[in-house]
Amino acid sequence: MTKKILVLFAHPALQRSLVNNELIKVFKNKENVTFHDLYETYPQMDIDVEDEKKLLISHDVITFMFPMYWYSTPAILKEWQDIVLEHDWAYGSKGNMLKDKLFFTILTTGGKSEAYKKDGYNSYTLREFLRSLEQMSKLCKMNFIPPYAASGTHSITSSDLEEHKQNLEKLINELVSEKIRIEAANKFELLNDYLESVKGH
Amino acid sequence: MHEGGFFYQAFIYLTAAVISVPIAKKLGLGSVLGYLIAGILIGPFGLHLIGEEGQDVMHFAEFGVVMMLFLVGLELQPSLLWKMRTPILGLGGTQVLLSTLAIAMVGLYAGLQWQTAFAIGMTLALSSTAIVLQTLNEKGMMKTEGGQNCFSVLLFQDIAVIPMLALFPLLAISDFITQNKNAVAEEHATMISNLPVWGQTIAVLFAIIFIVFVGKYLMNSVFRIIASTKLRETFTAAALLIVIGIAILMSQLGLSPALGTFIAGVVLAGNEYRHELESDIEPFKGLLLGLFFISVGASVDFKLIANQPGLIAQLVIALIVIKMLVLFAIGKFYGMGISNKMLFTFALAQGGEFAFVLFSFSVQNGVLNSEIANPLIASVALTMALTPLLMILNEKIFMSKGKENISEKEMDVIEEKNPVIIAGFGKFGSIIGRFLRANGVDTTVLETDPDKIEILRKLGLKVFYGDASRVDLLHSAGAEEASLIIITIDEEEKILQILENIKKHFPKLKVLVKATNRRNAYDVIERGIDNVYLEPMDSSLNIGVSALKILGYRSHQAVRAANKFKKHETRSVFELAKMRDDKSKYMQSARQLIGYLEKLLLDDVNYIDQNKDQGWDTQSLINEYGPEDKLNK
Repeated sequence: MTKKILVLFAHPALQRSLVNNELIKVFKNKENVTFHDLYETYPQMDIDVEDEKKLLISHDVITFMFPMYWYSTPAILKEWQDIVLEHDWAYGSKGNMLKDKLFFTILTTGGKSEAYKKDGYNSYTLREFLRSLEQMSKLCKMNFIPPYAASGTHSITSSDLEEHKQNLEKLINELVSEKIRIEAANKFELLNDYLESVKGH
Repeated sequence: MHEGGFFYQAFIYLTAAVISVPIAKKLGLGSVLGYLIAGILIGPFGLHLIGEEGQDVMHFAEFGVVMMLFLVGLELQPSLLWKMRTPILGLGGTQVLLSTLAIAMVGLYAGLQWQTAFAIGMTLALSSTAIVLQTLNEKGMMKTEGGQNCFSVLLFQDIAVIPMLALFPLLAISDFITQNKNAVAEEHATMISNLPVWGQTIAVLFAIIFIVFVGKYLMNSVFRIIASTKLRETFTAAALLIVIGIAILMSQLGLSPALGTFIAGVVLAGNEYRHELESDIEPFKGLLLGLFFISVGASVDFKLIANQPGLIAQLVIALIVIKMLVLFAIGKFYGMGISNKMLFTFALAQGGEFAFVLFSFSVQNGVLNSEIANPLIASVALTMALTPLLMILNEKIFMSKGKENISEKEMDVIEEKNPVIIAGFGKFGSIIGRFLRANGVDTTVLETDPDKIEILRKLGLKVFYGDASRVDLLHSAGAEEASLIIITIDEEEKILQILENIKKHFPKLKVLVKATNRRNAYDVIERGIDNVYLEPMDSSLNIGVSALKILGYRSHQAVRAANKFKKHETRSVFELAKMRDDKSKYMQSARQLIGYLEKLLLDDVNYIDQNKDQGWDTQSLINEYGPEDKLNK
């Protein structure tokens, strides 16, 4: 049985980002994947809650894809959480609409991955910065797997970029065909590491 | 004529009004008292500038009351009238019944025959619609609960006059009939008086249905045709014609003309030409009412009073005290708050203008004789003259306490006053109006194009015919109570005229203006208005945004660019407004501002794809930390 993936993409200035423009090509026009560009759909942040709910219901895997701004998501994703994830719908004793769906994030960071650790420049790991999303998915009774990160975009090379695209391609295929092992993946800080560990399997 | 000619009389009356009313107002006595005093001064017992013809003038001026009821009706939607049926029947019914009984008792006690006593009771139970409504309006108390209660009672009294006129001939006493044999009047013979009672009833019903039908289904088209001539005086003539026509019809049927015009007013209350009708009738009503009050003042018979001062004083005091006791009891029974109850008690404690009619009618019909009637008529005139003083007294004693009760509790019952007025309901104004309505904000809309009004009305939008550049129309549209006016008309001159009027007459009103072009915007800004909007800005930019999107821009980017453009344009309008008179400086600044804006926007665009990152200001970020520095450790 195939799973359906919803990519909620948020980039306020995509016209300036080479990396993201490349990465999103993986998701566009792909079977079983719905690529939903929030800033393009809602340029005034006027999110349509009912439309968003319909999208959520008809997918099994929910993904936030964004460049990390100030150690968090761009503004529209916060707005999206605030108004779409209603009590008694997404969470609460009667809110079971997202139950058992899979949730994870795909993010890009300007700084390299080495900067995101205890003794690094940013003091915390990416997964630690994204704790609020992890807890959000828990509250909504979703299954969480660690983020996939494309870091160091300030100095990224085209071969790096190509590798990220291939990783994402592979990730999507595993998710669609339900091959991904959630428990195993959850042991890692990042999905990047999980994918590394299953290479050649 | 006293001293020859209409002009002489007009001169006397107007002079009296112009001198005494401002003085009375200044002394806090209100215009009604001013007119009454003016009447006494110029009357036969004062300077004797007018003589016996005062009676005729009064007859003529009673028409002011008719007009007033028409205007009251205009402000009263049928649904509101229906809502008031309980106070009208309850309060009004009890007041007329109890006052009649109480006064009749006193009459019987004084040794009158029961027929006479009851006729006097009924006559004196009525209060003065003219004086009470005018005073309440002037004091701004019409919309308070107490004011509404007064109005309900007065309305019931107007209706009660009809059965009274029918009843009086049945109360005739044989002694008086022989005495007045020759005087039995033709005056009250009407077109239908030789019909049987059921025939008369049908005729009356038919007349009322006729008024309602014409008002509801025909007048609209008539008004539209007249309005499209763009001749204001034709409209005024039409408005007067309606009132006079109905008055004639009603008199022919033996009904109160005031009641007839009131019904007509209610029927036309929902009409889009309502505000225009109001402003056209208003000055006539004001003048005629003033005339009426003056003639009441002039008709006070001081000779009679001087001859029987004790009797008159007793009558006046008895009448006021009895009516007050009855009113107070009713107020208590219906559980009115203290200040409402006191307003109700003090406002209605007088005889009314109907008493003059009914007393002479009674004399003609042999219900009483003139020895009894004359002192009563003099007393009624005095109680009317005392009413404004009583109301001032009430204000001094009771209004300071319990002010909260009389406050805004029952606002909106009589008039439809909305917080927002929209002047001009073209493409522009109509969208604003619909938007506000969708958000639960009611608007009063003024528009001058009859065809447009017709269409909008069919769509279920409330639009009134009227030129917002006229102060009186703004007034009847409720500019005093409104908090905001939105001007979306296209005539530049008119926009400026409206702004001048608002500054002068409604300084508290907030103003939003749609300017038709830049020059117009500068004019508006010069008049101290900050909320000015250039007409095509938003829709043009919306198309601009769509164009950018088709060309491949991100929608968020396009929207942001449009917002930036708009903000900058608006600012530049304000800056250029300051230097509009200096041509060369203006052109130079305009060029600078336009150049600056284009550079600003292009900077944004040219920034594309120059770096690989995704932030808002990443080039400086990279410059500062560099790809290989500590950021990446």
